[in-house]
Amino acid sequence: MTRSAAAPALDRRSLLGVALALVAVPAARASDGLPPDVEAAIREQVGAAAATEGGIMLRAPETAENGAFVPVTVNVHSAMAGDDRCRAIYLFATRNPTPGIASYRFGAGIARAEVSVRLRLAEGQTILAFAEMADGSVRRSAARVAVSTGGCLT
Amino acid sequence: MTTPRIRVPSSVKAGEAFEIRTLIDHPMETGLRHQTGQAVARRMITRFEAQADGEVLFTADLRNGTSANPYIGFFARLVRTTTITFLWREEDGREYRATQRVTVT
Repeated sequence: MTRSAAAPALDRRSLLGVALALVAVPAARASDGLPPDVEAAIREQVGAAAATEGGIMLRAPETAENGAFVPVTVNVHSAMAGDDRCRAIYLFATRNPTPGIASYRFGAGIARAEVSVRLRLAEGQTILAFAEMADGSVRRSAARVAVSTGGCLT
Repeated sequence: MTTPRIRVPSSVKAGEAFEIRTLIDHPMETGLRHQTGQAVARRMITRFEAQADGEVLFTADLRNGTSANPYIGFFARLVRTTTITFLWREEDGREYRATQRVTVT
């Protein structure tokens, strides 16, 4: 009985959540509050288009024992067909000597907008992933990684 | 040694996604690292390409920040039996290659 009483409230709440998620996607500028060299690298590789959060997932460990091998996967929600095609994924490190890590580009035979790599991180920092879609839109995701032993200079 | 290692299924179903896993033994030296007071010479793979019967499937431009023995994994789909070629290029032009024929059933 209590269950049937609670169920409609839950439904309303989850509907509200969905509505908020749809409305409140912030059109964050690619460069919000970043060091100038990171901003410059993003502008050079991704361009100046405003990036939106959502539709992209950056999976990285919260803590990496060894900064020399940090496994990272970027997954973009994309049908990989028509306008809903992801053309490229870019990775940036906010506190590495070189902020631009890599660009990955997808050709016609790619089945999923996903790439898995291993990064070298000098110290604990935020890493950023950008996805460039076929319609010209850009998505962004960030992940904070703590690093026990830095990977760049040792 | 700089040995490419690739993991690609030898046969797949038409149109079905499958994973391609690639790795090459390589120091990916940035030139920023010091050993006993001396900078270790830079030696870097800056380009990776996968082609399906000569058509570009996937490319990567690597700057600093990719680990030694770089691993790259991605997902492809094929509609017909295809030869996939993999190429890793160092910034001084040295290249390493691997090929895998994938039969589509």
